[in-house]
Amino acid sequence: MTEFLFFIEVVVGGLLAGTMYSLVALGFVLIYKASSTFNFAQGAMVFFAVLAFVGLMELGLPFVVAFFATVFLMFLVGYCTERLVLKPLMNQSEDTMLMATIGLGFVLEGLAQAAWGVEVRRLDLGIGDFPIPWIADSTGLFISALDLTAGTVSIAMIIGLSVLFKYTKMGLGLRAVADDAGAASSIGIPLKSIMLMVWTTAGIVALIAGMMWGARAGVQFALVDLALKALPVLIIGGFSSIPGAIVGGLIIGATEKVLEVYIGPYFGGAIEGWAPYVLAIFFLLYRPEGLFGEKIIRRV
Amino acid sequence: MRAQPIFMTFKKSDVVNFVVLMTLAFIAIPMTVQTDYWYTSILIPWLCLSLAAIGQQIVMGYTGQLALGAAGFMAAGAFACFNLVLRVPDLPFVGALGLSGLIAAAFGILFGLPSLRVRGIYLMVATLASQFFIIWMIDKFGWFKNYDTSGIITTQDIVIFGKSMTTPMEMFFVLVVVVTVLTLLAMNMARGSTGRRWMAVRDMDIAAESMGISLLRTKLQAFAISAFYCGVAGALFAFTYLKSLEPVAFDIKLSFKILFMVILGGLGTINGAFIGAAFILLFPVVLNTIGNNVFHGSIDATIISATEQVVFGVLIIVFMIYEPLGMAKLWDSIKQRLFRKESASVDAPVNQAGVGK
Repeated sequence: MTEFLFFIEVVVGGLLAGTMYSLVALGFVLIYKASSTFNFAQGAMVFFAVLAFVGLMELGLPFVVAFFATVFLMFLVGYCTERLVLKPLMNQSEDTMLMATIGLGFVLEGLAQAAWGVEVRRLDLGIGDFPIPWIADSTGLFISALDLTAGTVSIAMIIGLSVLFKYTKMGLGLRAVADDAGAASSIGIPLKSIMLMVWTTAGIVALIAGMMWGARAGVQFALVDLALKALPVLIIGGFSSIPGAIVGGLIIGATEKVLEVYIGPYFGGAIEGWAPYVLAIFFLLYRPEGLFGEKIIRRV
Repeated sequence: MRAQPIFMTFKKSDVVNFVVLMTLAFIAIPMTVQTDYWYTSILIPWLCLSLAAIGQQIVMGYTGQLALGAAGFMAAGAFACFNLVLRVPDLPFVGALGLSGLIAAAFGILFGLPSLRVRGIYLMVATLASQFFIIWMIDKFGWFKNYDTSGIITTQDIVIFGKSMTTPMEMFFVLVVVVTVLTLLAMNMARGSTGRRWMAVRDMDIAAESMGISLLRTKLQAFAISAFYCGVAGALFAFTYLKSLEPVAFDIKLSFKILFMVILGGLGTINGAFIGAAFILLFPVVLNTIGNNVFHGSIDATIISATEQVVFGVLIIVFMIYEPLGMAKLWDSIKQRLFRKESASVDAPVNQAGVGK
């Protein structure tokens, strides 16, 4: 029985940790959905946003002010990106855009480090990364409060973003742009403000993801590599699906933990580093478009 | 403008270029450059990384497969070479080098398999698996490191015809020979039917397939050859530049660096690999020198490295916008303008980005 309980604990811990990946993946999906651009800079945006947030807090700003100041900063980042990167590269191939966003990522990483330095910073959200007592007492499961918060926040963001896309005028415009940017702009949908909104939203998502990860592992450069961990999540969930990002994150989180705990010891551990990618390859072989993605159709 | 000859022959200018470069490498540089610093910090790593960049160029610039795992293959080559020299008696260094390239090529084929089904960013993720898997494997199984616990293993001496190559200049000569041979090989492959197949797959894989080009063969061949180049480059990188073996030296950052060399240098050109490698390698050196000499250390090292990153990023964006074919194309244009000579390269990609569609 205790063994089974331990298994449940591993799975639940993995699922909740997976929602943290989902948060990072969500930012990718937003931009991909709107412009078919894979934004490699998302990881750098996470790093940039949370470093700015912590930096502003250190300057003595209260939590809420620092939060909104960072949101405004991410708006500026979105504005500059739209102006200086996206607009000149309009109608270029997806791969060109991808490489440009790699460049953008470097710019953001460099700027963040130049402004705030390289040392690891602690971020205290007031939520501890330790088991919640009443759950541990009643069921015997050890579940971290931070994990649970991250899970709740992710689900709230999914619902919020889905509603935004489905029921607002902005969302409708965004879906039109995603469908056919040329047709959308010819009927008067402002391409520029739609893109700006999408990038700002992705920036806010990045900030929240960064806050969750920062609270766990400290605000440091390693956050950039998280973006790479979000890639298998996207492959499994599909690049253009918001629920897909969540499901993909859950699958990666749970599988990673289970593999690490039960199979890892036979290989000397630390298989977490590559297991998600191999899992993603298997998914690619059977379902290249991901679980929720749109079917890839290539015309000659 | 005169059209390129259909039958690939060497033009007079090619031969002249070759002779000039060889004279430069074997006579001019050894005569003029005496300080070890130039060899150990600039020329040796430049040649090694250029070789790796050629490998990346083959798979990305010529075949159009967005791969991001060059450093993983380099690690495979480096550790294969270490183990071959260590465990196989009487194996000459060149033999070990070739074999380690082949071992890396085997990994290349294995991790190139996903390219048969996926493309673009999906393929990038699949190749990332190779990067993380190979490094993990070397780290976790002590056999690869000969059960060394200190973490850093010193490489053996390079022995060629019974002579130990230990001074920087001797190592430089070894490198020049290997790089020259492999570069000529790569150029010929790119010019010949092999390269034509690669480029056909890059420009439009469906059209290539309907013309009877086997995608399976062409893509896997490109991955294998690319990994071979990276493997040899990795072995040389470890033996001549690092002089030690540690998996950390071959992490994802190196893969990104090699990717940038190819993008900035110019996709689909061999000389782009050399130009890109020189730029990526020299730029931080130049920036550091400026930082030290102009501002006399008043600027923090963090700021300098951050500036370096920002400038790299900006350059990539600028090149993507204004010159997607990279510095090699820029160089060609400048030459054309200066000499009014026809020097358009047939190898230059047809589409704007060079990879994918």
